[in-house]
Amino acid sequence: MNSQNNGIRRNEMEIVFDAIARNESFARVAVAAFVTHLNPTLEELADVKTAVSEAVTNAIIHGYENYEGCGVHGEKPAARTAEHPGKVRLQCVLEGDVIHIEVEDKGKGIEDLEKAMEPLFTTRPELDRSGMGFSFMEAFMDDLDVKSEPGKGTLVRMMKKLGTTAWIECEE
Amino acid sequence: MEDFQIIDNCLMVRLPEEVDHYRAAYICENADRFILQENVAHVVFDFEDTRFMDSSGIGIIMGRYRKIACFGGRVYAIHVDSQIQRMFAMAGLNKIVEVLA
Repeated sequence: MNSQNNGIRRNEMEIVFDAIARNESFARVAVAAFVTHLNPTLEELADVKTAVSEAVTNAIIHGYENYEGCGVHGEKPAARTAEHPGKVRLQCVLEGDVIHIEVEDKGKGIEDLEKAMEPLFTTRPELDRSGMGFSFMEAFMDDLDVKSEPGKGTLVRMMKKLGTTAWIECEE
Repeated sequence: MEDFQIIDNCLMVRLPEEVDHYRAAYICENADRFILQENVAHVVFDFEDTRFMDSSGIGIIMGRYRKIACFGGRVYAIHVDSQIQRMFAMAGLNKIVEVLA
């Protein structure tokens, strides 16, 4: 039963999907499924899912400005119907019990990264965004690194050690 | 399924299993419709069915708070699990939302 764990020390997956809101749940569920064989705790799983959700949502609504289906407050109808055809790339690498996650978009990038990472800062209060995205990624993952270039896109790198493998091996 | 119900002067919002950006719009639009139409003073968010939430949930609550706070309204959250509690604390939501077990 444990051969799955021991056999795979490194495991990688990459998916590329359209930057549309309904792919947010797909992305986080895909990552959750990818790490299941490590038997993460429910809390670890929730942490990873939230972090992925934040990064992917950022790529969609900020990177590509696809906020179709978002809060309507004062939004121009034209802006809501025209969907950016951009893609979001999600890569996961498992190394032992550490998950490395990359979320990349080729959207508009972040002008002021320092400001964007401040808790409660948002460029889209009209969409009822809380400005807590980066704060949650930082809090729920062990490490967060963001690279962004205006006009080129944004790359979010996160990693987290999933602590239960050792415990399972111990037990068996 | 999300559910909106008026009890006395409270709007009860039963949140869905997954509270993310994709579902946030529906919740915000409906909650605001009730807040404008009916005589709603307070809003209660029920997390009983919720198994996943990201920062979009924080945005939903902050936005509704802004709409009713100026008229002396209050926001309550019930059936909040520990994971969601953590997010509330990080966003400083405990200052504006009364969390009931």
